[in-house]
Amino acid sequence: MNTKSIMIVGVGGQGTLLASRILGNVVIDKGYDVKLSEVHGMSQRGGSVVTYVKYGEAVHSPIICKGEADIILAFELLEAYRALPYLKEGGTIIVNNQKINPMPVITGAADYPEDIESKIKENANLISVDALSLAKEAGNIKAVNVVLIGMLAKSSEIEKQAWIDTIKSTVPPKFLEVNLKAFELGYNK
Amino acid sequence: MKKLLLGNAAVARGAYEAGVNVVSSYPGTPSTEITEKMVDFEEVYVEWAPNEKVAAEVCIGASIAGGRAMSCCKHVGLNVMADPVFTVSYIGVNGGLVFCVADDPGMHSSQNEQDSRHYAKGAKVLMLEPADSAECKEFTKKAFELSEKYDTPVFIRLSTRVSHSQSLVELGERENAEVKEYEKNIAKNVMMPANAVKRHVVVEERMKALGAYAENTSLNKVEDNGSKIGVIANGITYMYAKEALGEEVNYLKLGMVYPLPEKLIKDFAAKCEKVYVTEELDPFIEEHCKALGVEVIGKDAFTLLGEYTPQMIAKAILGKDAPKCAEIKENIPARPPVMCAGCPHRATFYVLKKLGLTVSGDIGCYTLGAVAPLQSVDTTICMGASVSAALGMAKVKGKEFNKKLVSVIGDSTFIHSGITGLIDIVYNKGINTVIILDNSITGMTGHQDNPTTGLTIRGEATKQVNLVKLAEAVGIEHIVVADPFDVKNFEKVVKAETEREEPSVIIAQRPCALLKKVKYTGNCSIGDNCKKCKLCMKLGCPAISDRNGAVVIDKTQCNGCGLCVNVCPFGAIKKEG
Repeated sequence: MNTKSIMIVGVGGQGTLLASRILGNVVIDKGYDVKLSEVHGMSQRGGSVVTYVKYGEAVHSPIICKGEADIILAFELLEAYRALPYLKEGGTIIVNNQKINPMPVITGAADYPEDIESKIKENANLISVDALSLAKEAGNIKAVNVVLIGMLAKSSEIEKQAWIDTIKSTVPPKFLEVNLKAFELGYNK
Repeated sequence: MKKLLLGNAAVARGAYEAGVNVVSSYPGTPSTEITEKMVDFEEVYVEWAPNEKVAAEVCIGASIAGGRAMSCCKHVGLNVMADPVFTVSYIGVNGGLVFCVADDPGMHSSQNEQDSRHYAKGAKVLMLEPADSAECKEFTKKAFELSEKYDTPVFIRLSTRVSHSQSLVELGERENAEVKEYEKNIAKNVMMPANAVKRHVVVEERMKALGAYAENTSLNKVEDNGSKIGVIANGITYMYAKEALGEEVNYLKLGMVYPLPEKLIKDFAAKCEKVYVTEELDPFIEEHCKALGVEVIGKDAFTLLGEYTPQMIAKAILGKDAPKCAEIKENIPARPPVMCAGCPHRATFYVLKKLGLTVSGDIGCYTLGAVAPLQSVDTTICMGASVSAALGMAKVKGKEFNKKLVSVIGDSTFIHSGITGLIDIVYNKGINTVIILDNSITGMTGHQDNPTTGLTIRGEATKQVNLVKLAEAVGIEHIVVADPFDVKNFEKVVKAETEREEPSVIIAQRPCALLKKVKYTGNCSIGDNCKKCKLCMKLGCPAISDRNGAVVIDKTQCNGCGLCVNVCPFGAIKKEG
């Protein structure tokens, strides 16, 4: 199999690292070679955050360049738009349609771009979801990451049970119920 | 068993399997997780030291006494560590001694882009550089072995992409390395001139032996694909080159980046018509090749700046274009990092900006006091410089300037290297005001305990440095502890202390909002009596924004810290829940 490249983007503090950990664990359990790359430190303080996940028979580089991502899993609308050039032709973007204003918008130095969804649709298959509401429905707004993992699972070739098993082994027991519910809501969306 | 491990976690695992006895470090992105992961291994003594120099010295002592020891830091941490490192190169080791240093090409979380390989050359210390997590583990084990075999400290060089990528690692068992006998050896361990002169001879002999080792070690690997093009690569760029070029070129992968081989490089180049060097940052390997008379193409085809990518390598070497991709045809707003909602530093910088002070800044989350809209910080240089540089500013500009000048430094940074600057102020009759931002934790690197928190790296209770007594002990007579969220009082305190013609310390005390013990609840919301003065917008809180002229608070971002409630002059912001 060719290497599959998935990019997870969002705003520091949204829980993108947990999403990449679940995805990473699912694919190793399937016996693939896998590499993940993430950046810690300053950018985690409310800045744009990017995680790359690549899996296949043999993966060399842990990073994804422009035009190479099969799927972009975006936790925030503007970040989905920012990541668009990294998508392969014909690739898919799954986006939580929440808007979080970056500081230049807050201070009035820039405007939050309009109509992002239709601009993305010109170049990509777009699956948009209000993951924040689904996370609330599951019982915790922080479960946005697992709602999105549910949506990713639905569009992947890996069977549902493998995802559920990995969530069970990755998430702390006291948050398991909420997260399993969040996964189902995302999966069935 | 194969496990998906972060490069840093794999270094920790390698040290554990090598039977390491002592690990001492100061946190610094991208190296921090190595030392944090050591906590998983009960057999190992692990600590956060006050700074990198202390950490290295603890490890040197452990090595001389016969144990295996490792100290980890970021590239700029190595500057602080350099003094003992250069001399322990002469002393050598008893138990294996490893210094692990993580560079940050692209400066994801750093103030410069220095290349630590120069330290290996300068200090005459062997340096290994892994390319993925499996090598991180293997090379760390190898580093301890080589350290004892060649009686030398050994560097492991990482980069952000190796430290913070995860890949598969085969786990092994811990080696049962006995702590060796300690024997008094003045000629080897006391570095005064007469002894050091003799040890320098030993160092040069060791470099020759290591040079010979570099020619034959399996750490350096040739992959001959029968191509006319050769690529010499180290660390992550080897992985990038493999992805970009596959089997279209021959490779010389250098796992040992100092000392570099000579014959191996000449023989490799002799079989190729063109040889490229793919190395991030400085032309370290390139210059070595050119000094040997080997023609290579390096920085002319690549860059001295930032990170490489597989696409960059494919383009430069094979002329291959990147795949087509969508273009964004408008300018979209950047999303720079910001202080978190509830951050105690926000209140401090709000007051400093309001008072129009010159702010000599330092390294930590509070460096973000330099970004819009607060833009309060004037300078950031290195750990501790906020205190000493402000003395220099005051000495050249005089008393009136000094009254509009403060230093701001975090609690952990103050312990790291702010104390000596404060002593300089007192000793040399400075009248500076130093604000210690005491948020009860080392924040930016992800919450490490430090000597002011009262907890060790393993979470055990310990003695806590008392910052007030410390400031008193060095001769500061005016010390005020104040909560920056009590904005009115904090402003009064800062005014009074900067006016004073004597040195003073203000301890701005309020814990980091991300600490578990901090339990802000509910949300703030703006009522109908908002006069749209937008004073609250000056806080630069990520939860407060201007939507078509109306100020609104985003409930998903607000944590109910209440700072905006304290700042609003009209009582229009209320706390709910």
